[in-house]
Amino acid sequence: MSQSDLAMGSHPVVLERSSPFAIPTKKLAMWLFIIADAATFAGCLVAYGFLRNGSLNWPTPFKFYPTVVNAMVMTFILVTSSLTMFLGVRAGKTGDRPAAVRWVLITALGGLIFAFLHLREWMGLIGEGVRLYKNPWGNNLFGAVFFSITGLHLTHVTVGVIVLIVVALRYKGGRSDADDLEITGLYWHFVDLVWMFVVPLVYLLNVSK
Amino acid sequence: MNLTRQAGAAAEYSDKLGKYLIVYVVILAIAGLQFVIAYQRIDVSAMLFRMLLLAIVEAVLAVVFFMHLGSENRTFVTWVAIVTIFVFAALQYSWTDSNRMERLSPPANNVGASQ
Repeated sequence: MSQSDLAMGSHPVVLERSSPFAIPTKKLAMWLFIIADAATFAGCLVAYGFLRNGSLNWPTPFKFYPTVVNAMVMTFILVTSSLTMFLGVRAGKTGDRPAAVRWVLITALGGLIFAFLHLREWMGLIGEGVRLYKNPWGNNLFGAVFFSITGLHLTHVTVGVIVLIVVALRYKGGRSDADDLEITGLYWHFVDLVWMFVVPLVYLLNVSK
Repeated sequence: MNLTRQAGAAAEYSDKLGKYLIVYVVILAIAGLQFVIAYQRIDVSAMLFRMLLLAIVEAVLAVVFFMHLGSENRTFVTWVAIVTIFVFAALQYSWTDSNRMERLSPPANNVGASQ
């Protein structure tokens, strides 16, 4: 076998054997993305911690109702959507195509509800006068870090919902397989995982007592 | 070895559902505990430590059970762990400067004001 044969992809089995870590390429790519994205979120959260630690008048404005209750509901929805995503992948791996599509679409619905609650909360805060550069309570950077971190997460949720719907429909039509569901599931679980850090650091450390 | 591990990864999805329901309930319970800690009358740094510890436990449960990282190639798992821990540890480098902002900047400003 020549190098050109390998380059032309005429021996896929040989190439698959040499796949790094013996993991399917798409799955490996998703893990690499997750590692990079984790570093992005970690950088944002540490920057937030840096500013909060270095500020004397950091505000703690979040009341039990509506903000903390809203965060509780959002957490419940996102963690539950991780379970439904797992059920979708599990159904796909066992060949139950209708159940897989149903669970993945339920997961997307959970993401949509999460995004709606998040936007409603944002509108409430904006109505109270919180902006990227000012707020009524204290350090002007509060709004910047709050909107940037939760906004980055909300962007991930929005993209995730779109991808979930697309992959579910493709899987239903036979154009995607169970591995694609699994890879999408990795992304969705990661979005859930990030929220587990955003809630305590951005919301719960800033509750009003 | 690799084929065995791949078969193991596929087998994870045919496990009994109860295991995953328990993990789901535990993650929810830990999240609930974080909300309780938020209303304790303790120092912010102690609160941060407890919340982060619980968040890390939640994350490990999600990665091991829902993302099935434990069933992947052992070299890959090690690589992911080392890279992630290194990046997270390197980010802590900024705390010294953050403390300088808090402790030194106000006195420096005050000195400037008195002159």
